[in-house]
Amino acid sequence: MRDRILAFLVLLPSLVLVGIFVYGFIGQTLWVSLTDWGKNPAQALALRPELRFVGLENYRELFTGFVDVRFRQSVVNLVFFTLFFMAGSLGLGLLLALALDQRPKGEGFFRTVFLFPMALSFVVTGTIWRWLLQPQGGVNVLPTLVGLPPLPFPWLTTREQVLVFDWNRLPFYTALLVGLVLLLVAYGAWRGGERRRLFWSLLSGGVLLLWAFTLGSRVQLLPYPEPHGFSLALIGVILAAVWQMSGYTMALYLAGLRGIPVEVLEAARVDGAGSWQLYRYVIFPLLAPITLSAMIVLGHIALKIFDLIFAMAGLDYAPTDVPAIYMYLLAFRGNQFAKGAAIGLLLLLLVALVVVPYLASQLRKEVRR
Amino acid sequence: MGRALLYLFLGLALVFFLLPVYLVILTALKEPAKITLDAVWRWPDPLYWESFRIAWEAFRPKFQNSVVLAVSATLISAFIGALNGYVLAKWPFRGANLLFALMLFGMFIPYQSILIPLFQFIKAIGLYGTLGGLVLVHVVYGIPIVTLIFRNYYSEIPDELIEAARIDGAGFFGIFRHVILPLSAPAFVVVGIWQFTQIWNEFLFAVTLTRPESQPITVALAQLAGGEAVKWNLPMAGAILAALPTLLVYIFLGRYFLRGLLAGSVKG
Repeated sequence: MRDRILAFLVLLPSLVLVGIFVYGFIGQTLWVSLTDWGKNPAQALALRPELRFVGLENYRELFTGFVDVRFRQSVVNLVFFTLFFMAGSLGLGLLLALALDQRPKGEGFFRTVFLFPMALSFVVTGTIWRWLLQPQGGVNVLPTLVGLPPLPFPWLTTREQVLVFDWNRLPFYTALLVGLVLLLVAYGAWRGGERRRLFWSLLSGGVLLLWAFTLGSRVQLLPYPEPHGFSLALIGVILAAVWQMSGYTMALYLAGLRGIPVEVLEAARVDGAGSWQLYRYVIFPLLAPITLSAMIVLGHIALKIFDLIFAMAGLDYAPTDVPAIYMYLLAFRGNQFAKGAAIGLLLLLLVALVVVPYLASQLRKEVRR
Repeated sequence: MGRALLYLFLGLALVFFLLPVYLVILTALKEPAKITLDAVWRWPDPLYWESFRIAWEAFRPKFQNSVVLAVSATLISAFIGALNGYVLAKWPFRGANLLFALMLFGMFIPYQSILIPLFQFIKAIGLYGTLGGLVLVHVVYGIPIVTLIFRNYYSEIPDELIEAARIDGAGFFGIFRHVILPLSAPAFVVVGIWQFTQIWNEFLFAVTLTRPESQPITVALAQLAGGEAVKWNLPMAGAILAALPTLLVYIFLGRYFLRGLLAGSVKG
């Protein structure tokens, strides 16, 4: 009994610290985000600032206010960065793993090289790639080494955007996307014969789509059109991020490939599977759970990305802005703590959407085991 | 045919991964006047080692800050992780799993969501701008991951060993000291490498909570490279200095590095 109490006492300080530093601070950030802290510059840095409760005002301003157009571009940037970074890292990582799984000569050497960027900090990676992507140098002059003309692309300094859409259409697109995903879930449930899930996902997906095409397409967030799109200056950042992280996905996939029992592969071959069929019907499905975990990890790294962009483009450059950068700029350069806190909480919400279901399923699996 | 394609692909990948390294080394070894954009890829002749000396002089205080920070925070968090993991793996109480899950969530939160209160708190207790404050922060936010790694490692140790020690009359700390600790070396290595690398490479806390005299090397490097007037030989030499410790760890302890990587993401 005494030992049980001792055990609890040993864990207690950590619980208290995590309680305060994680949950307490999140609560405090929530409170700050509901105040006007920083609106009045005289109050911003006061020792005991007078905070007024303003409800969801800060959040409303971020999404529909006149001054926060930069925040909205940063959100769009974040979405595109996350998508392309995940696709790039997963794709390259899988290719590298498949190649190394053929057991080429010097496999260990290749593995070491592909994984070493993981040991670097994003600041080092950013510094290096900033130099590589100088408009008149680095990557752009590589073609001249073989006699071709240099590339003209201004990697980090372009202000060009593609896939531009009007911010006012955001509710429509969001509802459309979520609705389609729900229909996909419904399709999966129908094939798996899960009646309840089929019913609910079909219903909610249908309602969302209905809303999107009726009311949703008429919602006006701003009194004027505001174009946002995929900022091409991000391509360089994505390249650097993929360089740093694809070794990690390679390691995951390689572990997965090596973990497939030989009997399974042989059984499939005996059943007459060709090598493409082997990949399509046996190997890739077995790698799916790894893809899911990798997506979770990469996704939450992407949502938090800060140091890489800080080192590559700096704080003040809007075309490569992401919410983490804008939050730092507002709170620690502009002393607009309330708005910074609101962005911090929005980021938390995004990450929680990704991570909580994952953690819950992992723990449930463990309890079952 | 297939084999040739395989090697072609691996060769291209090799170029993609090593080209930046080549450029960094070459730029760091070039005379500043010869670093012109159109000649970036030309190998320096003669080699110019002066940049390393200048960079080392400029970065030495920051490098030392990073060493003190990473080593002390790593040691403290490894110790805490071992005790926590021991409790969770071998002395679970009701609700321990839920508490552990709540703890794990702390590993994933974007630190932007706690940065403002953290900044206020560190200021209020007088640790703003000190290395001590940064050590505290890294130890606290490292608790989830170190606990996770030790817990997973200790759950592999058979319970019979603990039982046997208990029958022999060993108590909570006795079992830890004489049974668990002697078996813990691999876990300590994994946690040590993980924490050292993470803390050495960390940037957000460092840039928010330090003053110039307590800056670690990542912050100094980002600021140097961000300045426009500087010639590129210094940032490149600085990048090599900032990367060297974690690279050495990776090269010499790669197997454990990978294990920590996998433990930190997929969970063991």
